Amino acid sequence: MTALVLVEVENGAVRQASRSAVAAASRFGDVDAIVFGEGAEAAAALPRVTRVLSVPGLVNDLAEPAADLLATRAKDYSHIVAAASATGKNILPRLAGLLDVQPIPDVVEIKDADTFVRPIYAGNALATVRSSDSIKVLTIRGSNFDPVAAEGGSAAVETVEAPVSEKSVFVKVELSASDRPELESARVVISGGKGMKDAANFKLLEPIADKLHAAIGASRAAVDSGFAPNEMQVGQTGKIVAPELYIAVGLSGAIQHLAGMKDSRVIVAINADPEAPIFKVADYGIVGDLFEVLPELEKAL
Amino acid sequence: MTMKVLVPVKRVVDYNVKVRVAADGSGVETQGVKMSMNPFDEIAVEEAVRLREKGAAKEVVAVTIGAQAAQDVLRTAMAMGADRAILVRTDDTLEPRAVANVLKAIATREEAGLICMGKQAIDDDMNATGQILAAKLGWPQGTFASAVTVADGRVEVAREIDGGTEVVSLMLPAVITADLRLNEPRYASLPNIMKARKKPLETIEIDSLGVDTASRLTVVSVAEPSERKEGVKVNSAAELVEKLKTEAKVI
Repeated sequence: MTALVLVEVENGAVRQASRSAVAAASRFGDVDAIVFGEGAEAAAALPRVTRVLSVPGLVNDLAEPAADLLATRAKDYSHIVAAASATGKNILPRLAGLLDVQPIPDVVEIKDADTFVRPIYAGNALATVRSSDSIKVLTIRGSNFDPVAAEGGSAAVETVEAPVSEKSVFVKVELSASDRPELESARVVISGGKGMKDAANFKLLEPIADKLHAAIGASRAAVDSGFAPNEMQVGQTGKIVAPELYIAVGLSGAIQHLAGMKDSRVIVAINADPEAPIFKVADYGIVGDLFEVLPELEKAL
Repeated sequence: MTMKVLVPVKRVVDYNVKVRVAADGSGVETQGVKMSMNPFDEIAVEEAVRLREKGAAKEVVAVTIGAQAAQDVLRTAMAMGADRAILVRTDDTLEPRAVANVLKAIATREEAGLICMGKQAIDDDMNATGQILAAKLGWPQGTFASAVTVADGRVEVAREIDGGTEVVSLMLPAVITADLRLNEPRYASLPNIMKARKKPLETIEIDSLGVDTASRLTVVSVAEPSERKEGVKVNSAAELVEKLKTEAKVI
């Protein structure tokens, strides 16, 4: 069996979530990678990848031509895999539609080549499902699979022509500028909730994030209140993270937020309300006013 | 503008309910649990109604697939402003692939010019039906939409992506899946709820559509995730840092 992995390359480096997807896919057999746009060399350097399909002409990850191209290659593979990223979730279900198979999103555990575990109800239940499709289309939750290293492999690269997209056109992209690590790959994440009171107060998290080399996240309530942009959202409807250390500040711990961070190794909660549900999952809790605790924490680090 | 917008909606366990796994591991308890319209679908209904109010669309048709009880989410959609509704009746639970087959049949019958739906249902969390449907129809897709503009036979969609926003321009007809920030759905007022009772609701038996609704996934089991143990409270930031260094060894 051979699996094809959609590998995402950003600034010349393979995204950690894609390296996790390669690790997961290697459980099925040989692994081929496909890269849209530049970056085939970075994918070719991944251990366990034997061949890279490079599609330099497909620069903007448009789902329509990407899925069309994947569909023409699908018959060579038993599994087609991507990270459960915005790109993976856009393209792979469309591919599944073209192949008339049922996709299996957000896989957190592989039981065998046909059987997978995935969270449902915001992670409040785990479903084990067996697929009867001849080609399995899966997205992988990166935080549940140790990524392969970024280097060590030397796969052959084959260039593939991009199909033309007539019905969809890329207009522009606006990325938030940040020197911080990506939420999904950061070793430490510090997140603010509604208790931060306003957008300006989110700055209080920055000096602590600087000291810990942490990514900054936010709860959905904080995003909905306009305190933080949506790409910072951690939770069922945002990013799923599992860092070594997660610090939740002024954040009650709604079910949908817990679904996005409860697999973190160590959880710290800082909240004025001793009854806040976040304390139920926290290894260490401080009951107190975050506006007093944060400066103290900065000093203590 | 003569465009008809089709809005598929799903009846799910209300987002405030903490679900319990059934004792036999076959699924989650839904008996006697509050059910509501999937929150992302409410955003889709709101967007479709706004398109009609702006004159970009002529009619908003809500559709759901399910048992007779699923009518209530159609009434909610009509109370929010949908003009009429279709219940595709079945007692089976359908996977996204099967749902897409049904919706394709309805979209074709209705000659829909735009399908606006939630990006994912909060029960199975699949985030797949819109993309599968778009593929089956051969239409372009604007997933995880945070802004939608219709003009000149195209729709421009701002999409939530990792690290920012992307804008794509799609040729109509197209499928759009709504993300959280697209809009804030209105509450249905009492007069509008009363009015919705008189709006047309058509029931179609699923078998009459003649589409493939078979499941490709077998649920082997459904289990509770492992619970985390509640930790300890510390009295100060200094004590916290000390414990993170010496006990948890994480910094």
